Amino acid sequence: MQIDLIQEARRQAEVCNACRYCEGYCSVFPALHANRAFSDGDITQLANLCHNCRGCYYACQYTAPHEFDLNLPAALADVRHDSWEVYAYPSQIARQFQKNGMAIAAATITGFALLFAAAKWLGQGHGIGFYAVISHNMMVAIFAPAFLFPLFSIGISLRRYWTATEGQKIKVKHIAQAFSAAANMRNLSGGHGNGCNFEDKDRFSQARRVAHQLVLYGFLLCFASTSSGTILHYLFDMQAPYSLLSLPKLLGVPGGIMLTIGTIWMVLLKFQADPNLGAMAAWGGEVAFIALLGFVAFSGLALYALGSTAVMPTILALHLGAVLSFFLLMPYTKMAHGFYRLAALVRDAQRTSG
Amino acid sequence: MTTPYDIVIIGGGNAALCAAITAAEAGSRVLILEAAPKAYRGGNSRHTRNFRCMHSAPLGPLIESYSEEEYFGDLMKVTDGKTHEGLARLAIRTSEECLPWMQEHGVRFQSALSGTLSLGRTNAFFLGGGKGLVNAYYRTAEKLGVKVIYDASVTHLEVEDGKVVFLDYSHQGRSHRLSPAAIIVAAGGFQADTDWLARAWGPAAKNFLIRGTPYNRGVVLADLIDQGVEQVGDPTQCHAVAIDGRAPKFDGGIVTRLDCVPFSIVVNKDAQRFYDEGEDVWPKRYAIWGRLVAGQPDQVGYVIIDAKSLNLFMPSVFPPIKADTLEELAKKMGLPAAELRKTVDTFNASCGDTNGFHPTELDGVTTTGLIPPKTNWARPITEAPFYGYSLRTGVTFTYLGLKVDENAQCSIGNRPISNLWAAGETMAGSILGQGYLAGFGMTIGTVFGRIAGKEAAEYAN
Ligand SMILES: Cc1cc2nc3c(=O)[nH]c(=O)nc-3n(C[C@H](O)[C@H](O)[C@H](O)COP(=O)(O)OP(=O)(O)OC[C@H]3O[C@@H](n4cnc5c(N)ncnc54)[C@H](O)[C@@H]3O)c2cc1C
Ligand code: SF4
Ligand code: SF4
Repeated sequence: MQIDLIQEARRQAEVCNACRYCEGYCSVFPALHANRAFSDGDITQLANLCHNCRGCYYACQYTAPHEFDLNLPAALADVRHDSWEVYAYPSQIARQFQKNGMAIAAATITGFALLFAAAKWLGQGHGIGFYAVISHNMMVAIFAPAFLFPLFSIGISLRRYWTATEGQKIKVKHIAQAFSAAANMRNLSGGHGNGCNFEDKDRFSQARRVAHQLVLYGFLLCFASTSSGTILHYLFDMQAPYSLLSLPKLLGVPGGIMLTIGTIWMVLLKFQADPNLGAMAAWGGEVAFIALLGFVAFSGLALYALGSTAVMPTILALHLGAVLSFFLLMPYTKMAHGFYRLAALVRDAQRTSG
Repeated sequence: MTTPYDIVIIGGGNAALCAAITAAEAGSRVLILEAAPKAYRGGNSRHTRNFRCMHSAPLGPLIESYSEEEYFGDLMKVTDGKTHEGLARLAIRTSEECLPWMQEHGVRFQSALSGTLSLGRTNAFFLGGGKGLVNAYYRTAEKLGVKVIYDASVTHLEVEDGKVVFLDYSHQGRSHRLSPAAIIVAAGGFQADTDWLARAWGPAAKNFLIRGTPYNRGVVLADLIDQGVEQVGDPTQCHAVAIDGRAPKFDGGIVTRLDCVPFSIVVNKDAQRFYDEGEDVWPKRYAIWGRLVAGQPDQVGYVIIDAKSLNLFMPSVFPPIKADTLEELAKKMGLPAAELRKTVDTFNASCGDTNGFHPTELDGVTTTGLIPPKTNWARPITEAPFYGYSLRTGVTFTYLGLKVDENAQCSIGNRPISNLWAAGETMAGSILGQGYLAGFGMTIGTVFGRIAGKEAAEYAN
């Protein structure tokens, strides 16, 4: 971990601990006030509890030009991003992608290229629809490892996080508490139900919360759609393409639409927000990641719409290429935050409910 | 000269904003002139945390009830009876309707607090503190069409025949003149002008720290008093508390407070004790320590505690000075080591049975034969490492102000000035003669800010 980033966050946490004016905004402050001194692990845990709503920045009487120079959202964001980089497995890869939008773009294009190559030279299927372009077996051969490796990698990361923050044995109630907080983004309500201060300085708004929910639930629907497709394929021997009233499409179409709108909205919000209150160095990487996620959704929808036209093979390669890089980059991009955030919430549940 | 504004409000803190919002809602065109730049807008109000509020049943974040009589009784206790009963009761009674008004205008309150202050029944805490409140009010005011000019310091109000005929302010190095129909002064006290404090207090005041804004310099107050506008309050009085000696000269705010005095001994720069550190619980004593420290050489005190007391008080923003021996601590703090040793040994020798020690209540664990005594929490200072903090006098506000009536209106020669009102700290002396009750400053500002806004709007429209 970068000691100077932790040290700066610790300095600010000590000011907050003497002040306590922001107590009600989010779960960071009650966790912070439970300590007198902060270990590196404590700071890492606080950083991962923060979701950068900025409420505590705009309300702070000690922001620059005051000599105490408080900017807690940025200090915690820096530590948070650093922790994702350090705990990633292998962490060298995270260093390449976390903060680097260009690298994400390059990886995505490589993904496209791979899929085009796969479609052109390998495994031309005898199937119908998509499988006429790439055989089902080929798809499995590419995507099974691309899906399993990130899960394995994130598992290692979370273990590292758990050790660093001195996590204890997890009980069901901890998980229940964490999921309920995440599911309705309780902390994004700002403690008063008016949302956060993101895109328009000190004005509270629900925009970021709603946009993020669109992304989260859109993503989950898309994921469910793919899973249902897999189940249909293997268990019921029903093969793609599916009809509009089939489970994969009933889940995938609204999911794709939500995800597309959500990601565009998130990027717009990010452009409006003050970059100085977040992890400045990671800004490009974050935007590129959201764009990639949005492209996955959008190309997926395009595939539904144009699946029986001549452009289908091209779109399919683009879509699958994007999906491939999305999955492979999962442990090394902003996508990792969801896992860390859940871990931090579980860890916090251990603090509050023992 | 005509002005596109009906009402000009001087100041940009709580009282000014409550007045501006009320007047704008009544249909007036309102201009706020705030001396501070935008980043420092909101005066002392940006440093506040709560608002004391009467309530007959649970109200918003407040539990149970807090009656007018109890509230008034609390006020009389802290001011030793030096309270204007009529205005105080007006403030208390009106505070109940203020809380929902504040919520309607964007203020959000904390639901429950982990802090040490047990004020959950009497005081409503702002979510995000006073700056959160100020931000919300600026948003609301601007939505109502109130115009705000920052870096705009009012220098003069011309009073002629019982009326203000114009005012001057400077902005970006140039002077401007306006003649609005009505004017509201909400520019706080004069504590940031340390020369003025020194004239009232003596040269010792130069060593005082100012807990809040550097912009409350009393320029308008002095200007009006010079022209014979009625004043109130003792010019030599200010509310001062003991804070960490390392605090910045201005704007250190809440985090510079130190709650460890009851568990310590406090010495002056000659390493001599000078007052009973355990006289009462700290919330009831921190205000007198400002004066006590002010009375010591160089206006500085030194708190000495040992390892067993370190976790008994709220952490403060600066870490304590730490040493393994008292001598080393004395050296680090610039105290005469032999004298400190002697003072501590004498103190330790006069401590008795400490089994009854209880950090949060008056435990009667006292010294015997010591002058001055320590009458509670007197435990010998023996366990290394030893810790020290320096203490200085931190001024919160001054009492000298403009005298107003129940309409918040100013007067001259016992006749009201037809178009001048005052609200907040700048007229608080009309209510409080001395002492202070936590959270009452914001009550005065909110109640009288709204009254001033309403009256001025009625006059101007
Ligand atoms: C650290 C601290 C904590 C406090 N905590 C609390 C608390 O929790 N609860 C409570 O009730 N009270 C508290 N107080 C007291 C409280 O701050 C005041 O009672 C209250 O804020 C006064 O509000 P006001 O609007 O009258 O003055 P202020 O908020 O001080 O506003 C005065 C305004 O006038 C402006 N101004 C000054 N001169 C000029 C000029 N010549 N031209 C133009 N503008 C000018 C200033 O820039 C400022 O914006 C605290 C005070 C301090 C210092
Ligand atoms: S962010 Fe500022 S106002 Fe909030 S608790 Fe920390 S120091 Fe206090
Ligand atoms: S930015 Fe929001 S979530 Fe993060 S510490 Fe501040 S108030 Fe809490």
